[in-house]
Amino acid sequence: MTVALIQGRDIHVDAEGFLTDPGEWDEGLAEKLATNIGIALTESHWSAIRFARSDFEATGETPTLRRMATAGGVPTKDIFALFPKKPAKKLAYVAGLPKPVGCV
Amino acid sequence: MTMTMEAPVPVFDDESAARKLCIICSKGSLDMAYPGLVLANAALGEGIETHLFFTFWGFDIINRETMGNLKFMAVGNPATHMSPMLMGLPGMTSFATHMMKKQMEDIDVPGVPEFLEMVTDAGGHLWACRMSADMMHLEQKDLYERVEGIISAADFIELSEGAQVIFV
Repeated sequence: MTVALIQGRDIHVDAEGFLTDPGEWDEGLAEKLATNIGIALTESHWSAIRFARSDFEATGETPTLRRMATAGGVPTKDIFALFPKKPAKKLAYVAGLPKPVGCV
Repeated sequence: MTMTMEAPVPVFDDESAARKLCIICSKGSLDMAYPGLVLANAALGEGIETHLFFTFWGFDIINRETMGNLKFMAVGNPATHMSPMLMGLPGMTSFATHMMKKQMEDIDVPGVPEFLEMVTDAGGHLWACRMSADMMHLEQKDLYERVEGIISAADFIELSEGAQVIFV
């Protein structure tokens, strides 16, 4: 367990930099995390992030891309455009959630 | 023991680790269609260039006539853990197929046509085998519209240069 200083706050992260306590996340932190990986957040990013956060709260699991599409209403093409290359992991990182574990 | 430090940032775009994956789908039963599709979907989610090559009975996965109606063959399939005699009874294949589709639906895994849509939305490439097309007298118009082309074995060998290849 590492405690990292992000925006003047102590935040718990794992070895890769993913937050280990989703409760330490807030929207200001998301902006900083997104900047870290070269993403400028737009309203479309925010709606994906907000769904991922609320779904995690409800289910205890980070949504997969399939779930983002079927339950979150974010089409697969869009999520790849918003968070290119590794959308599920990038979204989880910015949303302060663990990496998704589901296969589909 | 914890310590405060600069936050590490995950490495998401390591170009030096660029991978390419080619999956050969040679089986057309419902249970054998899924492994290739699931792996392709996972690879695409990891930013890996992914190609699916459909050959022989795998053609049923991209044939418009059959793609939505693949069967799980219960008879002779040890995965049922039931007597082969019982599995050979009339209606058993459609029952087993129905059961498998239901199990997939319960865990939110899409049916085959929707799965192909998802994989291509994620940037995956679909290719059909020339010899299988000739053998089954099928043309591009008979295939799922997102199949990019009917290519020869030699074309596939070229396409898969430098790729990791999975045969299903």
